[in-house]
Amino acid sequence: MARVKTLILRAPGTNCDEETAFAFEQAGSQVELAHIKELLGHQKLLSSYQIMAIPGGFTYGDDISAGKVLANEIRLKLREDIQGFIDSGGLVLGICNGFQVLVKAGILPRPADGSPQQLTLAGNDSGVFECRWVYLRVNQKSPCIFTKGMTSMYLPVAHGEGKVVAEPGILEELNVVLYYADETGNVQAGYPYNPNGSVDNIAGICDASGRIFALMPHPERFTRWTQHPRWTREPPQKYGDGFHIFRNAVEWVENA
Amino acid sequence: MFRIEVSVKPGFPDPRGEALQRDIRDLGITTVKQARVSDIYLLEGKPDEEEVGRICRELLADPLVEEYSYGEVSSPRIEDRNAHVIEVAYNPGVMDPVEESVEKGIGDLGIKTVESVKTAERYYLWGELPGSALKFICDKLLVNSVIQHMVTKREGVSLPATVYEFSLEVIDLLGMDSDELVELSKDRLWLDLNEMKEIQNYFSRLGRNPTDVELETIAQTWSEHCIHKTFKGKIKLGEVVIDNLLKSTIMKVTEELGKPWCLSVFVDNAGVIDFDGRYALCFKVETHNHPSAVEPYGGASTGIGGVIRDILGAGLGGKPIMNTDVFCFGPPDLPYDRLPEGVLHPRRIFKGVRAGVADYANRLGIPTLNGAILFDERYVGNPLVFCGTVGLLPKELSQIGQQQPGDLVVLVGGRTGRDGIHGVTFASGELTRESEAISTSSVQIGNPITEKKLIDALLKARDRGLYRRITDCGGGGLSSAVGEMARETGVCVYLDLVPLKYSGLTYTEIWLSESQERMVLAAPRGSVDELVSLFAGEDVEATVIGEFTNNRHLQLFYQGNLVSDLDMEFLHNGLPQLRREAIWERPQHSEPDFPEPHDLGDDLFGILGSPNVCSKESVIRQYDHEVQGASILKPLVGIENDGPGDAAIVKPIPDSNKGVIVSNGINPKYGDIDPYWMAASAIDEALRQVIAVGGDLGRVALLDNFCWGNPDKPDRLGALVRAAEACHDIAISYETPFISGKDSLYNEYEAEGKTICIPHTLLISALAVMEDVNRAVSMDSKREGDLLYIVGTTWNELGGSHYYGIHGFIGNNVPKVDPRRGRELMDRLSRAMGKGLVRACHDLSEGGIGVAAAEMAFAGGLGMVIDLERVPLGEPINRSDFVLFSESNTRFLVEVAPEDRHEFESMMAGVDFAAIGRVKDDERFEVYGITGERVLSASIAELKEAWERPLRW
Repeated sequence: MARVKTLILRAPGTNCDEETAFAFEQAGSQVELAHIKELLGHQKLLSSYQIMAIPGGFTYGDDISAGKVLANEIRLKLREDIQGFIDSGGLVLGICNGFQVLVKAGILPRPADGSPQQLTLAGNDSGVFECRWVYLRVNQKSPCIFTKGMTSMYLPVAHGEGKVVAEPGILEELNVVLYYADETGNVQAGYPYNPNGSVDNIAGICDASGRIFALMPHPERFTRWTQHPRWTREPPQKYGDGFHIFRNAVEWVENA
Repeated sequence: MFRIEVSVKPGFPDPRGEALQRDIRDLGITTVKQARVSDIYLLEGKPDEEEVGRICRELLADPLVEEYSYGEVSSPRIEDRNAHVIEVAYNPGVMDPVEESVEKGIGDLGIKTVESVKTAERYYLWGELPGSALKFICDKLLVNSVIQHMVTKREGVSLPATVYEFSLEVIDLLGMDSDELVELSKDRLWLDLNEMKEIQNYFSRLGRNPTDVELETIAQTWSEHCIHKTFKGKIKLGEVVIDNLLKSTIMKVTEELGKPWCLSVFVDNAGVIDFDGRYALCFKVETHNHPSAVEPYGGASTGIGGVIRDILGAGLGGKPIMNTDVFCFGPPDLPYDRLPEGVLHPRRIFKGVRAGVADYANRLGIPTLNGAILFDERYVGNPLVFCGTVGLLPKELSQIGQQQPGDLVVLVGGRTGRDGIHGVTFASGELTRESEAISTSSVQIGNPITEKKLIDALLKARDRGLYRRITDCGGGGLSSAVGEMARETGVCVYLDLVPLKYSGLTYTEIWLSESQERMVLAAPRGSVDELVSLFAGEDVEATVIGEFTNNRHLQLFYQGNLVSDLDMEFLHNGLPQLRREAIWERPQHSEPDFPEPHDLGDDLFGILGSPNVCSKESVIRQYDHEVQGASILKPLVGIENDGPGDAAIVKPIPDSNKGVIVSNGINPKYGDIDPYWMAASAIDEALRQVIAVGGDLGRVALLDNFCWGNPDKPDRLGALVRAAEACHDIAISYETPFISGKDSLYNEYEAEGKTICIPHTLLISALAVMEDVNRAVSMDSKREGDLLYIVGTTWNELGGSHYYGIHGFIGNNVPKVDPRRGRELMDRLSRAMGKGLVRACHDLSEGGIGVAAAEMAFAGGLGMVIDLERVPLGEPINRSDFVLFSESNTRFLVEVAPEDRHEFESMMAGVDFAAIGRVKDDERFEVYGITGERVLSASIAELKEAWERPLRW
């Protein structure tokens, strides 16, 4: 069987590309980093890969608003390539800045059906960038293939614009994958458990197929036990919680 | 011209407005009921209405939470909605990075009619505000006249196109007498008469007058900032003459120790040590004090940007893997009537620096993993901003490269503007009330994404071997970078080839500009095409601006005219050695005479809540300390991820368990008694932290950063000599070589006829290699029933302590260091820790046993009982408060499981240690005094709250 191939999209200001690549490699995928210019110039073709990830960072400085400039570049210049990739069964993962980009490019929550943007990621209620670890509850009804078999996760967030805001009416249709919660799984715990003020404590969503998934927390920053903030005082686990997201994705492609 | 305003829709929170309202309340103005902030974009060109509508809808405004308005306007609307309205824009030539992104975004929309973009911010304040209060808010919060102004009339978007007509400026130096030489140097060259005469002699030998650019180049090269002439000068202290303080103290340690793992020391942009035989680590800490004093946000962000480029410019280029930052500010609650004229309030400096560091380092994807923030009123005019970066590079690339004659000079990164001209010479003078005015052009705003692109492109070019040598363009701009690089060969630079941000720069301005995010490469002719196209692929400019020669001359051309022809020998070796007098007298402070309190609770709460000791969580959370996924010990540790970790550990190579430990030691309060013991204590503290997290002294390298007052004043210089001597004596005994360092002198502020000199401040930063990160130990208490040991000797050493401080005293018995015993102790402790016998370890520093034990207890969420009677003393101490709060060096609190008791004790035999308490599960923190009575009992929740509350903003 040919090895699963993952493309990590880079743009000026991307900064979590290497650790995201490492996480996919740990999960068994072959990984290539590609600058957006290489996709625009067709030096690299999305169709050669089964998984595409847009990693964290501050693309184009997050100027104007987080991910906005890259989102427009993708929406206006790469739309057909991405649509083709999705239609042919590819998986898309957006982490942090990648989440912001996918939403603002109109790829999530509903890939490219031409409807106006009904969801956004606004500035944190605290008004500042915050780096902290959060407990997440996995929606068991979600079709998301990345979180299969998982019920909860503990991951770090690090962002200034992670607050999910939605048009009235679309919340019911949204495929929520992850909710911010406290250590007992209570999703009503408030700040700082919900670090940004997201509506309904939403931390991650997917499309109806479950193949396009985006989240604000960083799974690539917790694939090994010693990345846990309390690893010096708690009983060890074989893998960090984030590892399973990458492994699920690679496994899904392997079995497809 | 179109003017677009984007603001948060009513009904949605406006965090920027809320933060502004809080800041206004902090100024003592309580009548502002609401504040909102909106963004202004001015578009120049000829877009039509429909295009502007698209730009608003699809690019500038978020469709859910923002609204916009636009119009073709001739002047800003100043009156609005019964609110007080203030609009603030950057001064001409100060670049807002957002402008470039907006221009790109408009281009991506396919709109070609917009020529340029300028941004501004608009503030709406509702509530009763007399004009004087409004002006106070503008001055203190909204406008920094160094970079910004209030918009009152129509403004152009782009700078008026100015044309520079070349004319060679020659200075009639040969005809000048001494007074005229001094006059010429003043506020421009910052050289003394002796140095000016040396330059005059050089040109008289050449039989010609210098051009302006030649004089400026010499002044840059000979500036204190670039050449450290105080440290390299002849200093007479009493009967002793010290010839080159740097060589005879700090560098001597490294030379005498001769550690083979020191790969590149004191010669490059950063010190380099061997990491694991395959990779090397480089480390540098820089200060960016003067710029941060006048424009905290820009000053701090360009400080970070600069030290990161030091790492990129080390060897053939290091990859930045972590940052560490240390700040010294005036007290955050200083009353405005105590603020000297011309100075920004410490709170504003603090917030600006915090934001500048966060915005820059976070965007670059470099974790900020540790640091410190200290407060003292004497930092009010001269805040200190230390920025440090660690880098990783292949070991075979760890040496400075060497270009060959014929190689090309390639300038890469951002474009060149008037930014920062005279930054270096400015840093070599004292700040005064007028500094703001003089230094306008010395302040810059960084563009982190330009630097990020530069890093990405450079590391690729490095791995493909496309250049032979690299250096950063920092202080002194091209003048320092190219001048230093070409020292042994010679160089020809064609200044009109340098890409400019805007027209109108003179040849001298191009040569001296300190525009950020630039590096200089020496590339063989055959690789230049590949280099340029690699950079273009990463969206970064790379431009050939000259070539290296073999004539050892610095030749500059502008439009075919020779504008400089200096001899490298004179430029680099012609500076006459400085001679200075120093004196040192130990000051006598009054000894405290307050009675011993019966209950020490209030004192412990007071120290925990003092600004220097209290939690810095609100700052730390705004820095990304997880990016790169390599953090092993993070800045905040413990059961609720909020206890104060001792040192940071990263594991930079994914498939290796080797770790890098970084720590800092600093305590300026001891310098008020004796700078020698201050320096000794700083080294000891940095090393203690390395040990406390599970490291050892096997491979520890040190950096020194001296921030001092004016060294022309003999008492300042005498103190500097004492501190440098301690660096030698202590580091050599600990066998920890210095690998690099920096000094920032002249940190004095003159206002209203008074001079405020900063406390003598020495930051020691340690970089240690850890064999296996799985051995790391955190400081939080782990399990009830565990034993608590103190390791080390407690002396009556409360001089300069926090305990004396809160009682209003300094005292004289400053903590000392016995490095011979210290080494033995640290070695034993790290061996015990390596065997896994230690569950938690915390180093003792400010606030002594009391603070360290309380921090361990509340970080672990467990109670603790301590018996001071059992603490091993070096001399009789008859007061419990002194035992609890003494700040003696080389001490640790260590948590050991009862079953490991015997093994731990036998491994520690030979050094002072004792079991002084245990961990409890009842959430009480109790201390029993030297005669057995209880002197303190508090809940850990109360202690934690006292420690967390002060800087929770």
